[in-house]
Amino acid sequence: MDIYMRKLALSDEILLSVEKPARYIGGEINMAVKNLADVDIRFCMCFPDVYEIGMSHLGIQIIYDMLNLRDDIYCERVYSPWTDLDKILRDKNIPLFALESQQPVKDFDFLGITLQYEMCYTNILQVLDLSGITLDAADRKEGEPFVIGGGPCAYNPEPIADFFDMFYIGEGETVYYELMDRYKEWKASGKGRKEFLKIAAKLPGIYVPQFYQPVYNKDGTLAEFKPLVPEAPAKVVKQVECSLSETYYPEKPLVPYIKVTQDRVVLEIQRGCIRGCRFCQAGMLYRPIRPRSLSFLKQRAKEMLKSTGHEEITLSSLSSSDYKDLKELVYWLIDEFKDQGINISLPSLRIDEFALDVMSKVQDVRKSSLTFAPEAGTQRLRNVINKGLTEDDILNGAMEAFKGGWNRVKLYFMLGLPGETYNDIEGIAVLSDQIARQYYTIPKEERNGRVNIVTSTSIFVPKPFTPFQWSPMDTKEQARQKRDFLLSKVREQLNAKSIKYNCHDADVSELEGVFARGDRKLCNVIRQAYESGCIYDAWTEYFQPDKWEQAFKDNNADMEFYLRRERAEDELFPWDFIDIGVTKKFLLDEYHNSQAETVTPNCRRQCSGCGAAKFQCGVCVENRDATVPLDLGN
Amino acid sequence: MKARIKFTKAGSMRFIGHLDVMRYFQKAMRRAEINVSYSQGFSPHQLMSFTSPLGIGLSSDAEYLDITLEETDTPQVMADRINAVMNDEIRVKGFTYLKDSAKPSMAALVACDYIIAVKPGKSSPLEEAAFTKEKACKFMLQDKIEVLKKTKKSEKLIDIKQGIYNMAGSLKDFEEIASGKFTENGGLCLDKECKTVLCCRLASGSVTNIKPGLVLEEFCRFAGVPYDETVYQVHRLEMYAETGGGFVPMIEYDAVQL
Repeated sequence: MDIYMRKLALSDEILLSVEKPARYIGGEINMAVKNLADVDIRFCMCFPDVYEIGMSHLGIQIIYDMLNLRDDIYCERVYSPWTDLDKILRDKNIPLFALESQQPVKDFDFLGITLQYEMCYTNILQVLDLSGITLDAADRKEGEPFVIGGGPCAYNPEPIADFFDMFYIGEGETVYYELMDRYKEWKASGKGRKEFLKIAAKLPGIYVPQFYQPVYNKDGTLAEFKPLVPEAPAKVVKQVECSLSETYYPEKPLVPYIKVTQDRVVLEIQRGCIRGCRFCQAGMLYRPIRPRSLSFLKQRAKEMLKSTGHEEITLSSLSSSDYKDLKELVYWLIDEFKDQGINISLPSLRIDEFALDVMSKVQDVRKSSLTFAPEAGTQRLRNVINKGLTEDDILNGAMEAFKGGWNRVKLYFMLGLPGETYNDIEGIAVLSDQIARQYYTIPKEERNGRVNIVTSTSIFVPKPFTPFQWSPMDTKEQARQKRDFLLSKVREQLNAKSIKYNCHDADVSELEGVFARGDRKLCNVIRQAYESGCIYDAWTEYFQPDKWEQAFKDNNADMEFYLRRERAEDELFPWDFIDIGVTKKFLLDEYHNSQAETVTPNCRRQCSGCGAAKFQCGVCVENRDATVPLDLGN
Repeated sequence: MKARIKFTKAGSMRFIGHLDVMRYFQKAMRRAEINVSYSQGFSPHQLMSFTSPLGIGLSSDAEYLDITLEETDTPQVMADRINAVMNDEIRVKGFTYLKDSAKPSMAALVACDYIIAVKPGKSSPLEEAAFTKEKACKFMLQDKIEVLKKTKKSEKLIDIKQGIYNMAGSLKDFEEIASGKFTENGGLCLDKECKTVLCCRLASGSVTNIKPGLVLEEFCRFAGVPYDETVYQVHRLEMYAETGGGFVPMIEYDAVQL
């Protein structure tokens, strides 16, 4: 029997000496297999973190599927090698390779890197370095892959701009095919690298950092962001896929051999959000909200479960309770799949009758948790951040759930929100306790043991393209003081024994804060941090704050500059050259509204003219009266 | 209805651990739309159990799992349905239904056959066939074969001779003395460029379990050959249960025709 033995890049010895060798062998069920001789473009998609994290990311699966649909493109994948293999690759001079063909990444036409969070930036350099790709895009030679970045952090790509040939701003479904076509033409023309960059710069949504010059004021703020060539537009407009029910979405997702974080079918039910919570970057970036049709989702759900054999399916969106057909979709999933032993993993839902009903149908109420994300401890502060959840919503919802048998509650809050006072922080402890008190009003015979409340706080990080982008961020010391204060308040509560409090790491949040609103001067800091050994910064056990501190110092970069300033209202931001639809004016108005503690209604209640209507799709055009002109927020 | 599946594990699949192989089969059954029986409760799981975990790095022509099914198509059709949703390197080679009274294969296991081969690109003095044949004979003629067994707390000297039933230097010789037929059914899924140097049948299962790596290391020491585990590929050839008449391949044990 002559079986097809895949030729692996790594020897048996190396594979047997590292943790989880399955990370590096590819060959997963539904992996794309193509003949290299038959394709014109080789594209390598990268998630700059370890395999288990990268394989859980839906975005890569969508692009992978979309590109492989074309016969002339072969899209493969690469993930950050874990620290043990990283060392071996360097010692033995083995170039980083893609999983499908097991061939070096440097032989590809494109290396696409998805940027999901700021703490993976050093891993980007690790991937480039191990692949043998020149770190600085401006120095790359003919024949090196074009490095393209995308994802949420691409909305402020400046801290890593030096390392990328281009960024794709926005949703990947729209312009990739055109980019690939232009690439083929360029490749056939035999012209130089810069030529292709100019061609790409002309495409909507594509940003080529080399064609822009940031000019700084004496105080370090941005004075100007100059396009250097006519092909580079002054504003890059984000890409929006307007027809989510008629676009690419995988039917046969990859099935990893090892357990990955998201080991289930993921159904993205809609994109965007109507709520306008002022701290939330995704809510602003992905406006306007656009649902996928019920029939599309049902068809995909069936296909994906059949082609993978996964035992669980989950729904993904920013605010699933706002999906109009949610009830029908969830009941359909239960009816169709529950009997086949397929678990339906519910996203975070607003707690109402429907939610409690489905939750009891798919989860063991004794083991699962009720989740609330009030984010702030008092109504006042919730109004400041425009998070509409009221105390009554929470207490009533919790009560209904307790009567239904639940006794575990998870609460999510943030510390360091703009305008926060110690009274608000105490409110977190008080609210947690009030929920416990609610529980104990149920007669003992009807209760299911003790109540378990887990209260978690993360540290607020101001993000670009939010109303809080002008806001200063708390210092590490302030964060620690607040955390200690909250802990003491929790301990003072009547039901302190029923409340467990968890807090996020202050060090990591600081760095995230710097890069989120960073500028191009930070590229040198990141390069030095990487060269001094920083990697896997998103992993607490690998994060080395001292080396980062040194990198800042040596490059005359001051973290305080990026974190603590309240920005002037007319300050030019490094990301202002990107047009996301939502206008800066709207964001500033919302910042003022937050200071006045006034609430802005959601998109379906009333249009606030944020500017997303320029894309003329989704909620902006839902049920609209065509005689009334769209409010483009000008 | 209880059933037993025999499958291969080769190539890049050598690097998938046992628990992951289990998950792989669970998903494969769903992809094949085979009606598997589930346990009760909120997180129902498939009623599936494996005979003996195979260490990472080893390959095999004979891995086994037992499964309880709600449907009963013919064995060939069942095997085809599963193979249709698998990759090349894990394949179903045998499928049989079991008697209702069948013991779990884990409990029935008494012995395993292994091939030890030299990996492509590597070399070993054991490749010298006459040398190895002679050493194998002498090895088996010893009164005792004592090895140092290290546990977390202590080190003990253990005699493994009783657990080594047969040993030969080539597959052909092994087939004769161990009365097995291994090269039927399309040959082995061992890389053709591997050079077989040793074959052995070892006690396996819950009572006595002798690991092939341990035997190889001891054999090398006996033969005066330096032991380098990176040189050798260990390949499981078959698993056996015991009946009154001797060893029976797992696929035949407790088997029933529908």
